[in-house]
Amino acid sequence: MNSLSLPRSPSYDAITQAADERILILDGAMGTMIQTLNMTEEDFTASGHIHGPNCRHHSDHPQKGNNDLLVLTQPQAVEDIQLQFALAGADILETNTFSSTTIAQADYGLENAVHDLNVAGAQVARRAADRATAQDGKPRWVAGAVGPTNRTASISPDVNDPGYRAVTFDDLRSAYGQQIDGLIAGGSDLILIETIFDTLNAKAAIFAAFESFAKVGRQLPIMISGTITDASGRTLSGQTPTAFWHSVRHARPFTVGLNCALGADAMRPHLAELAGVADTRICAYPNAGLPNAFGQYDETPEQTAKLVEVFAREGLINVAGGCCGTTPDHIRAIAEHVAPYAPRQIKETADV
Amino acid sequence: MSKPLLRLSGLEPFILTPDIPFVNVGERTNVTGSAKFRKLITNRDYATALEVARDQVENGAQIIDVNMDEGLIDSKQAMIDFLNLIAAEPDIARVPIMIDSSKWEVIEAGLKCVQGKPVVNSISLKEGEEAFIHHASLCLAYGAAVVVMAFDEAGQADTLQRKIEICERAYKVLTEKVGFPPEDIIFDPNVFAVATGIEEHNNYGVDFIEATRWIRQNLPHAHVSGGVSNLSFSFRGNEPVREAMHAVFLYHAIQAGMDMGIVNAGQLAVYDQIDPDLRDACEDVVLNRSPDGTENLLEIAERYRGTGREEKKRDLAWRDWPVEKRLEHALVNGITEFVDEDTEAARLQAEKPLDVIEGPLMAGMNVVGDLFGAGKMFLPQVVKSARVMKQAVAVLLPYMEADKEGGREAAGKVLMATVKGDVHDIGKNIVGVVLACNNYEIIDLGVMVPPQKILEEARKHNVDIIGLSGLITPSLDEMVHLATELEKSGFDIPLLIGGATTSKVHTAVKISPRYTRNQVIYVTDASRAVGVVSALLSPTQRDEYIENIRTEYAEVADRHERAELAKQRLPLAAARDNALKLDWSNYTVQAPKFTGQKVIDDWDLAEIARYIDWTPFFQTWELKGVYPRILEHETYGEAARNLFADAQAMLQRIIGEGWFKPRAVIGFWPANRKGDDIQLYADDARSQPLQVLHTLRQQTSKRKDSPNLALADFVAPEGVADYVGGFVVTAGPEEDLIAKKFEAEGDDYSAIMVKALADRFAEAMAEMLHERVRREYWGYASDEAFSPEELIKEPYRGIRPAPGYPAQPDHTEKQTLFNLLDAETASGVQLTESMAMWPGASVSGLYIGHPDAYYFGVAKVERDQVEDYAARKGMDVAEVERWLAPVLNYRPTGSAEVAAE
Repeated sequence: MNSLSLPRSPSYDAITQAADERILILDGAMGTMIQTLNMTEEDFTASGHIHGPNCRHHSDHPQKGNNDLLVLTQPQAVEDIQLQFALAGADILETNTFSSTTIAQADYGLENAVHDLNVAGAQVARRAADRATAQDGKPRWVAGAVGPTNRTASISPDVNDPGYRAVTFDDLRSAYGQQIDGLIAGGSDLILIETIFDTLNAKAAIFAAFESFAKVGRQLPIMISGTITDASGRTLSGQTPTAFWHSVRHARPFTVGLNCALGADAMRPHLAELAGVADTRICAYPNAGLPNAFGQYDETPEQTAKLVEVFAREGLINVAGGCCGTTPDHIRAIAEHVAPYAPRQIKETADV
Repeated sequence: MSKPLLRLSGLEPFILTPDIPFVNVGERTNVTGSAKFRKLITNRDYATALEVARDQVENGAQIIDVNMDEGLIDSKQAMIDFLNLIAAEPDIARVPIMIDSSKWEVIEAGLKCVQGKPVVNSISLKEGEEAFIHHASLCLAYGAAVVVMAFDEAGQADTLQRKIEICERAYKVLTEKVGFPPEDIIFDPNVFAVATGIEEHNNYGVDFIEATRWIRQNLPHAHVSGGVSNLSFSFRGNEPVREAMHAVFLYHAIQAGMDMGIVNAGQLAVYDQIDPDLRDACEDVVLNRSPDGTENLLEIAERYRGTGREEKKRDLAWRDWPVEKRLEHALVNGITEFVDEDTEAARLQAEKPLDVIEGPLMAGMNVVGDLFGAGKMFLPQVVKSARVMKQAVAVLLPYMEADKEGGREAAGKVLMATVKGDVHDIGKNIVGVVLACNNYEIIDLGVMVPPQKILEEARKHNVDIIGLSGLITPSLDEMVHLATELEKSGFDIPLLIGGATTSKVHTAVKISPRYTRNQVIYVTDASRAVGVVSALLSPTQRDEYIENIRTEYAEVADRHERAELAKQRLPLAAARDNALKLDWSNYTVQAPKFTGQKVIDDWDLAEIARYIDWTPFFQTWELKGVYPRILEHETYGEAARNLFADAQAMLQRIIGEGWFKPRAVIGFWPANRKGDDIQLYADDARSQPLQVLHTLRQQTSKRKDSPNLALADFVAPEGVADYVGGFVVTAGPEEDLIAKKFEAEGDDYSAIMVKALADRFAEAMAEMLHERVRREYWGYASDEAFSPEELIKEPYRGIRPAPGYPAQPDHTEKQTLFNLLDAETASGVQLTESMAMWPGASVSGLYIGHPDAYYFGVAKVERDQVEDYAARKGMDVAEVERWLAPVLNYRPTGSAEVAAE
């Protein structure tokens, strides 16, 4: 169970080298782009195929909103979005697998599809990456996206029993393990554990990643991205950014950073705290501002990019991208705005 | 390169920096060390057990050791339960946990319960290298630091040599074979009891201290810890002596490099403050420096028995506060300890039990809500507050049930659901927790709940309130849909809306209008849910509460609509389609007495003064109010009266001494609308075009029947003989000289006064001249008879809009007007580079005579109009954009870089 001594995956060194040379660009919001397609239940289920008796992923639940399912039912749409992001300047494409765990898919009755969702999710992203590379000759990498699930391992949903847990470390570890196995099988170059609101969930994902690496006999670079949800500057489960870093540092992650919940402006102080303590690369992919009264993100590509540029100018980041509300135009603008700046120097942590 | 440091975390980080000489690890939550704690755990009294943990943290423990190794309990389950409970106590969970067990399965179970970076206590070579490596690798994968006991296959190290040997071997295995970070290794070279009467034990203290010194010198970055209370085991029951022994031992061990220890954080004696006799005796024993040290200590120990210090008292000053404040303090700080007695006290003071909930308890929860909103509390703390609330409500419940008139035999039922298509339910669950804490019955339908199911279940359970949650944007539409369904199905219960993308505006604008039978209410966050639900279910508060929400949402919706309209711009073509269409078919207007320009110089200063509107005069002096009422103003009436008296005095001098030499020029021209512009002609036959007056059109999205106006709309199209006039008036350049003279004399007050009065004169001249134009020069209202006071309200026909003002924001149109009037020669008024008039006390404008003409604001314009306007004026787009910068509804190309510099 010591995957840190395993040989590195084939693309590991190339990614590291690229990150040494420049600020890498991560893609934008898949969910935002999918929403613009206004897909129907029919689209999500491939004209009801998922509900049919012959489907190996049979489910009776409605599937509209199950964005991850689109890698099986509308793979071309997902690939096209990823291609747009790649051509806009993204070096790293996230797989559309945020909720592809048995825990998250249980809501859609698609626990059995989890392996296929992750393999296909990685393959679709890989195809988009390869198409982009064929067009402009620049390398692209696929980050297997591992979401938080919708259960918290540190917080009880039952008031009468604060010691109760709706999900345990082992539940998560096994669900994440299945997901990561699939993501690796589909050809992911990195594993991105993202939108972490409960660090214990993330620790289970890290543990699962180690186990998956051991199975394939090689380690992939891990990216870890927390989410600051409270006005107090903490994760949902109550940790400060530094406490969060201490909790995940054992993953020796390729990057640690923050995403979602906040726009770049509000994220900056928390990112600065993390960059001040973490002795690894820093990755930031904020939302395009905060949602307006109607759930839409108003920040223009130029506005978001200027705010992300501040991260680069202040030497806070090695990888930049976008979360909710960021379109290919946002990613293009971010790529242009951070291009003149050198990536953050990783230093031994400078406390005391 | 800075030194690798031990980094741990609970909710907050802990870094063992060199300036921390010693880390206190709280030992009281250890069943092997504390009889009290063992009893609590055996009896499953977790609430009190948590108080023990809290006390440790309050008393300064930087880490808390949790040990459940007791034969009579299920250690593994107890470890899981207790760590999960600690996770729900933010004031305990803020520090890192030391997971302490001699059984690996208990340790591993504990590792799966902590989100921070804990310390494992302990692993060792006891079962051989393979097991040691296995355990260490797992600690690494779980993300924990480790305490390594000096223990190997042959047993526990007792001598210095054995301690060194085992620690060195373990260090090599960990750093070389496992890849364990050396800064995460903490050695425990075994603290054994001394002064036991057995001679071999006498050097245990020294061996520990020397082993510590060796480890710190030879095993880079590693730390040393130990269970200090073992040392004094033979003095059980004599706390003062034990404390003294511990203090003496730590004093020397810390100097040797021991940087962590499991101690009773509330009971640490200070080395210097120990009675010297006792200290010396302890030192003899700990350092093994006298053969009869044990005898000696045993002898003097009896003198100290029973003199133990009291445990450090917590700060309980808040217990003296009034009961409302005590309840608030308990809610904010999540303290359950006194809440029963405080609630009871509040109940006895209250008229009925319900008043305690709706009064002090709700007030306290509102403070929690405020602090959460301000980022001064975080979520786990809010949940803790809700649990305190629950406990308080539980105290009141029996009384409310007995007291049927209390009207709340059972708290209400709340149905909650995440809407169809959305799987996010963490926020909803937290709201459920908080509400359940207040004794509401929660019927949670889970996620992706179709509207039909919500309706069915709501009916089946006869719920009092429905709460909808959603995180993704499409959920907003689902909520609107559900509101519509509720309305259709005849529901009459409140509907609550919450979730990350929901908002008060969306609720007020989109959801609320669909459900009119009852009220839709947006709930900001979980901390607010209790207040909202409680108000909605309170017979005394409900109606007023709903009425207030209704009024508020109506305002929000109205404000939103106006703001949206203000933001939206119509394409120019659409705005033109919505131009004001006056009926010109039967329109005739009298021709002016002359066309072309004419100088007016028969001014009488006293006559002008009659036309002064004094309200703006007071505004100049920053006194806001309408003249003459302002003279009686409550707070600044006196100042206004004094100012007015001074103004009147100067006015008399201006008139009497003829300070100003007013001049004016006016002109009239045959005119017709041409698109958005006004074409002027040199002659009445309208065969000879003169100049064009350009006007801008409103592009705001209008409500209902309002037109998108341009000044040109008030002028008749070709075929109707219409006219437009223009004017420039000035009080003259003299004011400037007079003001300078006052300034030179140091009389700034008079300098400002004369300028303010000159401005009033110019404005009064414009008003007076306009009247003469209507009655005489143009003459379309020859019988008009308004008093100067009445004129202030502009009751007359026609307007005199000025370039640079809202109806025509383009200042460059002044140039056209000045050319037409030959104004510089005729009036002495000049236009500066920036199109300002000099002297300052001057006014210019157009005369438009249509009875329906009125003043309006063009507001912001779009690029399409600016491009069209520039073409009409024959100017560069960029130049027009520069003049219109304040009214552009877009960012002009190329301006971004300029702005950034």
